[in-house]
Amino acid sequence: MSRLRPHAAILALLAVLAVLPVMFTSGTVQNFLIFTLIVALAGQGWNLLGGYGGQFSFGHASFFGTGAYAIAILQERLGLNPWVALPVAIGLGALVGAVIGTLAFQARLRGSYFALVTLAFAEVFRITANVLPVTGGAAGILIRLKLDPLNFQFADRAVFHWVTLVFLGAVMLLIRTLERRRFGARLVAVRENEDAARALGVDVLRVKIAAITLSAAITACAGCLYAQKFLYLDSMIAYGPWISIEALLAPIIGGLGTVFGPVLGAFVLHGIGELTKTWIATLTGGALPGVDLVLFGVLLIVTVGFAPRGILGLVSRLRVRAA
Amino acid sequence: MSALLEVEAVTMRFGGLTAVDNATMAVPEGAITGLIGPNGAGKTTLFAVISGFLAPTAGRVRYRGEDITDLAVHVRAERGIARTFQVVQPFAGLSVRENIAVGAYLRHAAREEALAAAGAVAERVGLARMLDQQAGALTVAGRKRLELARALATGPALLLLDEVLAGLNPSEIRDMIPVIRRIRDDGITILIVEHVMQAVMNLCDRVHVIAQGRLIAEGTPAEVARDPKVIEAYLGHGAAERMLRVQGDG
Amino acid sequence: MYSPEILLTAVLNGLMTGSVYALIALGLTLVYGVLHIINFAHGATLTAAMFAVYVLHGAAGLDPYVAMIVTVPGLFALGYAVQRLVIGPASHGDDGNILLVTLGLAIIIENALLAWFRSDTRSIDVPYGFSVIEVGTLFLSLPRVIAVFVVLLVALLLWLFLARSTTGQAIRAVAKEKTGAALVGIDVGHIYAVTFGLGAACLAVAASLLMPTFLVNPRIGNAFVLVAFTIVVLGGMGSIAGALVGGLFIGVVESLSGLFMGESLGQIGIFLIFILVLLFRPTGLFGAKA
Repeated sequence: MSRLRPHAAILALLAVLAVLPVMFTSGTVQNFLIFTLIVALAGQGWNLLGGYGGQFSFGHASFFGTGAYAIAILQERLGLNPWVALPVAIGLGALVGAVIGTLAFQARLRGSYFALVTLAFAEVFRITANVLPVTGGAAGILIRLKLDPLNFQFADRAVFHWVTLVFLGAVMLLIRTLERRRFGARLVAVRENEDAARALGVDVLRVKIAAITLSAAITACAGCLYAQKFLYLDSMIAYGPWISIEALLAPIIGGLGTVFGPVLGAFVLHGIGELTKTWIATLTGGALPGVDLVLFGVLLIVTVGFAPRGILGLVSRLRVRAA
Repeated sequence: MSALLEVEAVTMRFGGLTAVDNATMAVPEGAITGLIGPNGAGKTTLFAVISGFLAPTAGRVRYRGEDITDLAVHVRAERGIARTFQVVQPFAGLSVRENIAVGAYLRHAAREEALAAAGAVAERVGLARMLDQQAGALTVAGRKRLELARALATGPALLLLDEVLAGLNPSEIRDMIPVIRRIRDDGITILIVEHVMQAVMNLCDRVHVIAQGRLIAEGTPAEVARDPKVIEAYLGHGAAERMLRVQGDG
Repeated sequence: MYSPEILLTAVLNGLMTGSVYALIALGLTLVYGVLHIINFAHGATLTAAMFAVYVLHGAAGLDPYVAMIVTVPGLFALGYAVQRLVIGPASHGDDGNILLVTLGLAIIIENALLAWFRSDTRSIDVPYGFSVIEVGTLFLSLPRVIAVFVVLLVALLLWLFLARSTTGQAIRAVAKEKTGAALVGIDVGHIYAVTFGLGAACLAVAASLLMPTFLVNPRIGNAFVLVAFTIVVLGGMGSIAGALVGGLFIGVVESLSGLFMGESLGQIGIFLIFILVLLFRPTGLFGAKA
C-alpha cells in the first residue's frame, strides 16, 4: 500500500475536482471548469519540460495547435472517428516536439535562445495555419456538431469535465511516477547542472529530447480536448500566444516542477482572471478586453520576484519556518 | 602495473595561446597519481581534455588501451571514468541521498536500488548522517564529500579529482585524506589535480608536474620536490640555485 | 517578370523600411550587449510608443516628428525606471527570471493597450503622409526617406555617445566586464537602467518615424519585434554595426519576398531565417558570444 501513497494525493485531488460539476450546474461555471482543466493539462506538459527540466519554452502553442488542428482535420477532412484520431493527433504533437527539440538541443540552445526559437516556431505554425487551405485558412475549421459519446462530443458538460479529468489525472499520475524514477532524477539533474549531470553518465541531449517530446504530447492532448469541446479553431486560437503564455503561467504561479503546480496555477489564474473581468465590468459598465491578461502579467512578475517557486513553494517555505 | 589511462602528445591551443603543449603521461592502475603545477600552468586544461570536456587540438587519450579522445563525457562515465568539479554545485532542492542517487542511477535502473547504493556510498565518504538533508545546506567540506560521493556512485574504475581539497581548512584536509586513500584501497585508480602540497605528498604514489603547458617532471613526491626544474617553476628562475647555495652555506 | 524599376523600388523600399527595423533592433541589441538579457517587452514598448505618438497627435495636434521631443525623454525615463525598479529587483539577477519578468511586462503593456484602445487599428493623418520625392524615374515616399536620415543620425549620435561621453564609456565597460567596472566605482545598476532607457528611447524615435505611414493596433509591436529579433541574431547580439547592416538586409529580403511571394509567406521567410541562424550560427554575422 505504501507504494501507492505518493499517488494518493493526486487521486484525492481528482475526487474533489470530479465533484465540482455536480455542485455547480451553471453552464458558465461548467465551461469555466473545463477550460481551466484544459489549460491545466497544457500546463502539465509545459511543466515537464520547464519546471522539471528547466528549459523554458515560449512556444508551447506549437504543440497545442498541432493536436487541435490534427484531430479536427482528421475528423472533418478524412472522416476519421475522433477517438481514433486522438492518438494520431497526440503522436503528431509529440513528433513536432521531437523535431523542435532535436534541432534546438543539438544546437545547444538554452535560456533566452531556446525561448526565442520556440517562439519563432510557434509563429511559423500560426502563420502557416492562417494561409493553408487544409486548416481552413483565416476562416478556421469547424468540427461538425454531432453529440454522441462515440463521436467524442457530449451533450452533458459534466461528462466532458470528467473525461478531461481522466486525461489530466492520467498525466499527473504519469508525471508523479516519472518524478520518482531514473528519468525524473536525471531530468532534474540536467536542470540543475548540465555538466555535473553529464559527468555522472547522463545523456543530456537524449533526456532533453525525451522531455520535450513527452511535454509536447501532453500539450497536444490538451489541444485535442479543446477542439472537441469548443468545436472551432483558427490560427490564433490554436497557435496563438495566449496558450503559450497560459501554459507557462499556470506552473510558474502554482509551483514549478511540482505535479500539482499547473492545476493550482490554472485555477488561481483563471479564477483571478474571471473575478477581475467581472469586477471591471461592474466598474466600467462594460467588458474591457485584456484586463485579465494585464493581471496575469503582474502576477507573473510578482511571482518571479517574491515567490519564484510559486504558491506551492511559498507553502513549503512557510511550513519549514513553522517547523 | 599497467597504465589505465594514457595521455599521448596532447596539445590544446586556444587561438594563439597554447595551454597544453605535447603532454604525454600515464596513469597506472590502482595507484594515486598527482598532477601539480603553478597557477596557469595548464592543469585545468589538461584535466578538461582527459575528462572529455575539451577536445584536444592534437593528441589522443587512451583508456584501457582504447582511444577515447572523441568519446562524449557521459559515455566515459559509462566506461568507468568519473570526475569531480572544483567548483562544487550540488543539485539544489534535492537531498544528499537524491544527489548521490543521480550517480547511482548509472548502474542501477530501479529507484530502490539506486537509493540504497547512494546510502552505501555516503557511508564510504562519511556523509551517512546527512543523507536526508538538503544538499544546499551542507558546508563546503560536506559539499566536497558530496562531489566525491556522486562520482563514486557511478562505480568508476578511474576517478578524476579536480582540486577536491580547495577551500578546505587544514583539519578538513586532514579528514579528507584517509577518505581518498580508502577509495584507492577499494581498487579505484585516482588522478588528482591539486594545489595543496601536503595532500599531494601524503597521497600520491607518483606525481607529474606541468608548467607553462609542458610536463616538466615526473616521479615520486620526494623526487619531484627536489627537482630543480620544479622548484624553478614554482619559485622562479634561479631559485633552485639559490636554495642550493643557502643549503651549502648553512 | 518584374521591370527593373519595380525591383529597384522594392529594394529601395526595403532599405528604407530596413532602416527603421535597424533602429528597433539597435535598442534590442544595446540592451543585450550590456545587460545580457533579451528584452521580450521590446515589441510591446514599441506599440506603446506608437500609441503615444497617436495620442499626442490626436489630443495636442503634435506632429509625429515634433512629438519626439516628448516621447524620447519620456520613454527613456520609463525604461530607466522599469529596469531600476522592476526588472532588476524582481529577477534577482537570474537569467531565467529576467526572461519571465520581461515577458510579464510585455503581457501587461500589450493588454493594457488593448483594454484602453481596443483592438481597432488606427492611423494618423499628416499632410506629408503620402508625399513622394522623385529620384530619377522612381518615386520614393517622403516620410520613409526622412526615416533613413533620422536613423543614420541616431546611430551616429549613439556611437558618439558610447565612444566619447563618460557614461557611454561606462556603458562599454559594464558590457565588457561587469565586475571590473563595479570595482572601479561604476554604478552598474544605474548603467543598466541608462542602457535600458536608451533602448526605449530608440523605440520612441522609431515610433515617430513609423506613424506617418503606418498603422497601429495593440498587436503591431509583435510583428516588428520578431523581425528585430531576427536582425539582432543575424547581425550578432550586442553588435551595433550588425543591427544596422542586418536591419537593411532584412528590410530588403522582406520587401523582395513580399514582392515575389506575397505578404504572409514573406513573414514566414523571416522567421525561418531567424530559426536557421539560431540553430546554426547563433553568434550571428558580426557576433559576440552567444
